[in-house]
Amino acid sequence: MAAIELRNIVKVFSDKRRGRDLLTLDNINLDIETNDFVCLLGPSGCGKSTLLNIIAGFEQATSGRTLVGGRQVERPGSDRGVVFQQPTLMPWLTAIDNIAFHLKLKGVAKAERHHRAMEFIDLVGLRGFEHHHPSEMSGGMNQRVGIARALLMNPSVILMDEPFAALDAQTKLEMQEELVAIWQKRRCTIVFVTHSVDEALVLGNKIVVMTKRPGRIREAVNFDLPRPRDITSPEFNDAKRHILSLIREESTRLAQAS
Amino acid sequence: MTSVTDVSPARPAFRPTRAFQGLERLVVPALLIAGWEAFARSGMLPPALLPAPSAVLHALGDWVFGFDETTQTYSGHWLRDALASALRVFGGFALASLLGILAGVAIGWSRLFEKTLEPTLQMLRPIPPVSWIPLAIIWFGIADKPAIFLVFLGAFFPVLMNSIHGVKTVDHNLVRAGAMMGANGRQMLTDIVLPAALPSIFAGLRIAVGSAWMLTVTAEMVAVKSGLGYVLWDSYYFLRYDIVLAAMISIGLLGYLSDLGLKAIMARTLRWQQTTTVQGRAG
Repeated sequence: MAAIELRNIVKVFSDKRRGRDLLTLDNINLDIETNDFVCLLGPSGCGKSTLLNIIAGFEQATSGRTLVGGRQVERPGSDRGVVFQQPTLMPWLTAIDNIAFHLKLKGVAKAERHHRAMEFIDLVGLRGFEHHHPSEMSGGMNQRVGIARALLMNPSVILMDEPFAALDAQTKLEMQEELVAIWQKRRCTIVFVTHSVDEALVLGNKIVVMTKRPGRIREAVNFDLPRPRDITSPEFNDAKRHILSLIREESTRLAQAS
Repeated sequence: MTSVTDVSPARPAFRPTRAFQGLERLVVPALLIAGWEAFARSGMLPPALLPAPSAVLHALGDWVFGFDETTQTYSGHWLRDALASALRVFGGFALASLLGILAGVAIGWSRLFEKTLEPTLQMLRPIPPVSWIPLAIIWFGIADKPAIFLVFLGAFFPVLMNSIHGVKTVDHNLVRAGAMMGANGRQMLTDIVLPAALPSIFAGLRIAVGSAWMLTVTAEMVAVKSGLGYVLWDSYYFLRYDIVLAAMISIGLLGYLSDLGLKAIMARTLRWQQTTTVQGRAG
């Protein structure tokens, strides 16, 4: 059984100002296997974030079925950890309390919460900063807290919506490497939304290329280059060329259509 | 042979010392008071109409400590008067904070309360609290109650408005994050929305404590026979402008102290919020 099954997902937004409906996702069918690292790759406005929000339960599909672990998704829940584009931490809580927030909601005592959160503080390399507030840490550190917070819930899938988009190039590289290391160590299913071909190829073992509005799946590419991946290797470049050609084909098609 | 001891350390650039930094904020008030004293002593106005600062200070001192009874029946009664006013402020403010936050959070959080409760409250809001005085007197008589009622009216709406605003402007993504971590409706309110709205609620409380002092004094002028406002108005009837000014100073001072107290509580509660100014971080 796949970890996530998307069946005929259609999402229509009603654009009230223009008085017409906007087809954002057009008949998406996708199976994501357990322990897959899937990258949803597509240009801005292709509906990849909408698709992620539907899996997270933040938004409802207009039609179609979304199953996570075989169960229909109806609302957000702690079986799906979400890492947002902005860290989205509670600014009044320290790093450790943000990471352990899920345990607090479940009524776990403070000592136990902190004890269990320390493991994740170490995992994302924030030892020494556990009592800092988000305003006292950098964007990259806050995003680590956001990742640790999602991991602590031990969810069956982790959904990431361009979490590194706001970081500088060097921090982004470090974070990508760490994310891969965490994924290898903890064996979890990750769905990662990105618009960067390189990021998708560095991270994913399955790259789902989406088309521009209305969002459809152009092709799901399996990419099993061993890690750590050498981004200058011929295999990497072959895959990149293939994906770029898919994207280019798409833009020529759009240009001809208009 | 050159000795190392000859090398004197570079002179630090001139920086005002700590003591001087404290003094610079006193320059304007000191000049104002000196000018006022000089003007009052020049005899251009009769001393009864514009008492000199020294006379005001004298009246205030006697009112507080009762050394020569220049303030007659008030001599030595300052503490009693100030306490009477402060209790009314505290009573009305506490009631207004409690109900203002409750109603504000309810309206900001629930569409139902917004539709049912808010129109009525917003219609009551433009009515100046002072215009309730006649009703307050026939309802509650001449005592503490009408004053507390008036203070409540003045303090309630700033708390209400800021609580509504605070709850309504909570970052939508924080609510999503809460839902993702499994927060139920009650937890969403107590663990996410309320803390996120606190800075805004505190802003409302600070405005409210100012209105509270304003309305206590107003109420005491007409509806109560004690407190700083009563002393102010009573002294006006006897043309004791020195006591009038002493009362004004007392009210200003107590209002300022209340705000300082509130700011201290706020600083403790909102320690997580780094106060940033345009010039950089402070505190």
